[in-house]
Amino acid sequence: MITGEKISEVKAVSKKRMRKKPLNEVKMVLPSHSMNESYARAACAVFVSQINPTITEISDIKCAVSEAVTNCIVHGYRDSIGLIYINMRLYENREFRVEIKDKGCGIQNINEAMQPLFTTDRENERSGMGFTIMENFMDTLKVTSSGCGTKIVMTKKLAPLSEMRA
Amino acid sequence: MKTEISGVVIHMKNDEMLCVLGGDIDHHSARTVRMQIDEDLYRRRPQKLVLDLSKVEFMDSSGLGLILGRFSKASEIGAECVLLNPNENVTKILDVAGIKRLIRIERSFEKNDHR
Repeated sequence: MITGEKISEVKAVSKKRMRKKPLNEVKMVLPSHSMNESYARAACAVFVSQINPTITEISDIKCAVSEAVTNCIVHGYRDSIGLIYINMRLYENREFRVEIKDKGCGIQNINEAMQPLFTTDRENERSGMGFTIMENFMDTLKVTSSGCGTKIVMTKKLAPLSEMRA
Repeated sequence: MKTEISGVVIHMKNDEMLCVLGGDIDHHSARTVRMQIDEDLYRRRPQKLVLDLSKVEFMDSSGLGLILGRFSKASEIGAECVLLNPNENVTKILDVAGIKRLIRIERSFEKNDHR
C-alpha cells in the first residue's frame, strides 16, 4: 500500500515537471513504407521552421529524424508494415523535442545497438551509424525498448534568435 | 526548398567512372542508386570510381552505407574510390563516421569539369 502510494506520488511529480506547456505540438502516424522517411524529416523541418532555426539546425534535425524513422522501418518492423508514431513539440525556450515510436520487435541490447558501426543488418549495407548520428546531431537522446516496441526521444535547444545569423 | 530528383547519373571517361549523385540519399533511394552503380562498375571495371556528391542535398547513415559499400566493391576489382565535393551537411556526416580515414575526399573549384 505505502509503496504503491509513493510510486504514484513520484509519478505525479515527474509528470508535473515534464508538463512544460509546448508552444506548438504536432502528432503524426505514418505506415512504415520507406518512402515516408523523406516525408517524416521534411515535416519535422517545416515544423521547426516556425521558430526560425539556422540551416545547420534544420539539417541536423532532419538527419536525426531520418535515422530514427529508418530504424523503425528497417529494424522495428523488418519485413512487415506497421505504424510509426511521431510527436513533435516546440517550447518557449526554443527547445525542440521529438518522440518517435514503433510497435515492432524492439531492441535486444540497447547498449550494443548504440555502439558506432554496430548493425544487425550488414548484408543490406547498413552502416551502423544511426544512433551515433542521432547522438551527435541532437542535444539529448533517450532510447527505451521492449519486446513490444521502441521509443526514441530527442531534444535540441536552438540558438537564440538575437545572435547574428546568415 | 529545391526538389532535385534523387538518383545517379553515370559518365565514363577513359578508365574513370564518374557517378553524379543527386537529391536525397536515404534508405529509400540508396537501393536503386546502389544497383545502378554496381551494374556499371562490374560491366566496365574502371580504374577509378568517383562519387560526385556536390548535388546531394541530404544524406543520412544509409548514404554512409552506400559509400562504404561502393568503396569495398571498387577495392575488390582493384579500382580507387574518391568522393568529390560534398556540401557542408554531407561533410558533417562523413566526419562523424570518420570516412576520410578510408576514402579520399576531393574538392575542386571548377564545377562540372567532367561534362
